[in-house]
Amino acid sequence: MHSWLIHLIKLLFPPQVLLPDIIGIDIGLTLSALAIVVYLTKTHRWGWLWKEWLTTVDHKRIGIMYIIAALIMLFRGGVDALMLRSQLIVPNAHFMGAQQYDEVFTTHGTVMIFFMAMPFFFGLFNVAVPLMIGARDVAFPRLNAISFWLFAFGAALFNISFSIGGSPSAGWFSYPPYSELQFNPGVGENYYLLALQVSGIGSIATGINFLVTILKLRAPGMTLMKMPLFVWSALVTSTLILFAFPPLTVALGLTMLDRLFGASFFTLGREGMPMMYANLFWIFGHPEVYILIMPAFGIFSEVVPTFSRKPLFGYEAMVISLLAITFLSYGVWVHHFFEMGAGPGVNVFFGLSTMLIAIPTGVKMFNWIFTMWGGRIRLTVPMLWQLGFIPTFVVGGASGVMLAAVAADYQYHNSYFVIAHFHNVIVGGTVFGLLSGLYYWWPKMFGWKLNERQGRWAFAFFFTGFWLTFMPQYFLGFEGMTRRMASYPAGLGWGGLNAMSTIGAFIMGIGFVILVYNIAWSRLHPEWDTTGDPWDGRTLEWSLPSPAPAYNFARIPEVHERDAWWSLKQAGKTDAVKLSPDQVEPIHIPKNTPMPILLAASFFVGSLGMVFSWHWMAILGGLGVVASLAWGSIQDDTDRELDPASVLNTEKRLGRVHP
Amino acid sequence: MNNPIGALPAEFENTHEGVKILGFWVFLATDVMLFASLFAVYVVYRSRVALGPTPAQIFRLGPVLAETLILLTSSFTVSLSLYAARTSHLKAAIAWLVVTLVLGATFVSLEIHEFVTDVLAGHTWHQSAFLSSFFTLVGTHGSHVTFGIGWAILLTLELAFRGLTVANRRKLFSFALYWHFLDIVWIFLFSVVYLAGVMT
Repeated sequence: MHSWLIHLIKLLFPPQVLLPDIIGIDIGLTLSALAIVVYLTKTHRWGWLWKEWLTTVDHKRIGIMYIIAALIMLFRGGVDALMLRSQLIVPNAHFMGAQQYDEVFTTHGTVMIFFMAMPFFFGLFNVAVPLMIGARDVAFPRLNAISFWLFAFGAALFNISFSIGGSPSAGWFSYPPYSELQFNPGVGENYYLLALQVSGIGSIATGINFLVTILKLRAPGMTLMKMPLFVWSALVTSTLILFAFPPLTVALGLTMLDRLFGASFFTLGREGMPMMYANLFWIFGHPEVYILIMPAFGIFSEVVPTFSRKPLFGYEAMVISLLAITFLSYGVWVHHFFEMGAGPGVNVFFGLSTMLIAIPTGVKMFNWIFTMWGGRIRLTVPMLWQLGFIPTFVVGGASGVMLAAVAADYQYHNSYFVIAHFHNVIVGGTVFGLLSGLYYWWPKMFGWKLNERQGRWAFAFFFTGFWLTFMPQYFLGFEGMTRRMASYPAGLGWGGLNAMSTIGAFIMGIGFVILVYNIAWSRLHPEWDTTGDPWDGRTLEWSLPSPAPAYNFARIPEVHERDAWWSLKQAGKTDAVKLSPDQVEPIHIPKNTPMPILLAASFFVGSLGMVFSWHWMAILGGLGVVASLAWGSIQDDTDRELDPASVLNTEKRLGRVHP
Repeated sequence: MNNPIGALPAEFENTHEGVKILGFWVFLATDVMLFASLFAVYVVYRSRVALGPTPAQIFRLGPVLAETLILLTSSFTVSLSLYAARTSHLKAAIAWLVVTLVLGATFVSLEIHEFVTDVLAGHTWHQSAFLSSFFTLVGTHGSHVTFGIGWAILLTLELAFRGLTVANRRKLFSFALYWHFLDIVWIFLFSVVYLAGVMT
């Protein structure tokens, strides 16, 4: 064999990807990919896939694609989590080696934050926000598709690392100097840098898109203070993304220059400064955790009033507290490294600013509870997730305030106490919120409801498993167990708590399996939503049929009240959303275009070239990017017109035309 | 279609195009954050020269002053192009845009010349954290200008083939915003990097 071929094989398949479990997964993935190809070919669905999904710019479909991808990533990140917990169930276990353990916790964190939580709420934004503000689409539909495909190809790039070339192993925040070439040779870290960079560009674009959509495309009469709270949360999340992601871009970019082109930003030699990375990363990273939690706050602020049949208590206070959290979130990043020696003055400032965040968050907690107070509560699945969220998030928030106490943090830092804290807020806040939103808006996406009984079981398992997993970890932290230990000796008294935690994790896993079963079962036995308003909702998306037609609103509604649809129902004026045949006007909707997927695919090719330092491939991908951008730029004719007759027909079929 | 003074320019009259301009402003805000981060890195790293040269040893103000004047002039010419478009003089708009991109290209070639001189003298960014941050900060601005030149070429062709359509007016306006933005970033670069550098 040629020597370059041997070299190539060694590069693509280093020993760390030749472990039996990884080869097993590789075979499984290849077979499923083949099965999908065969299925699509046999059922002649390639054209359908291309026309209806891959080239679509419709926000509702993009939202669905985001959510499907996020659920797949939840599965991947969840399997990682179960692998970690299996290793720790007893002392001295060596189910994985230390290198593989490091890779698995790195991919677990990175996948869950960047490729599960963010796309999941981007999906819900896409599904709900334009419908809630009475818009026909987002401000920049093609850019929206670009965002999705950049995320999708970024996620693909990150996920192939474990079978080709090796996974990153420097943790989800990837601190130098360990992430530098000197200590971390191989391509894993390059995958991390490039994949996050590509999907990060998409996230910034999503931020721009939703900010402009919400500021510019609201229905007449919907002032800022009449917007549903979920729309507010999308607005502040977008703002956070805009100002938080560029520092991440810089942190990742500079690390890449260090690794691939020999610069010395964060190296130990030549006066590089690893601390700079920690600052840049957390200037992004702390707003990022609010980016993750704000949408969940928004979802709960929709779910609670709907299922309590009461308007949200303290709407203005809710808005002000969202804005306060947004503002404060930029002034707390140093609390991630009190131990790095910034001095007591700096540490106290950041400790206090961190504690201040508890105030607006507490206001929100009370407001949700007061909304339920005296309401007629229906215990639907979305509401169960919200009820589970309140105690869980309170515990997580309180442990956060404990961590903000600087002196005490010297004890907790890098221990399992921290692990317990942030899972408490990210799973108990973000994931509970996302799943609540998933069940809540599911009928709007697909036109059928998820089975409630199975949903309650999924919730029960997930919720119980959650508490069993993470409460023992607080105590493990007190007993001195540090995070990221690949294994631990017997005789430290950690065995029992770890075993409980692992059992809890598997119970959560069962909850996820029930969720998937719930989706599959409900698809086969659909409970159709014929009214478009299955929950007796309050906001404009429920005034539309489920799923909404391509153009959303045949006539843009006029808004007079905060809960626009509810007030129409109370006044008995629901017919106001129906059309008279003479009111139909031609509607412009954006045309499908393959440009987004081609652009993102070019980014993928170029990034893969960068990962392996194959410069020809990087240049090829770069040329693809330039060509796609140029081609996209000269397409001025991006809309198509739906003629009034076809709109009228669609609306007639949906029973939304006055006789 | 002359625009009377005081009337809204065509690119703002059309709501679709107006929304795109707002989107572009928001994009520029993210770019401000990008440069702010790089400036922060540079300011911290500027004294971390390791065994390499200090700023004062490698900066030569002459060429940099020329770059500054060229870029400032190009900011003026892009405004002339926009003015011509607003008064519906297509040929003048194209001509001033071409002048702008030629000035931009001159700027970039002077910058490349500066970089090449440094590198040939052995001052690559392998030498120190200072040089890494210097080349990255100035280079990021330079690659923005290079991207802008590519954009201006495309825009020139679009203007030549399609004329002053509303979409083209909006693109020209966004391009002018972008170009002015790069100019402002350069003013900061000139003061924070070069002026402060030769004075230490």
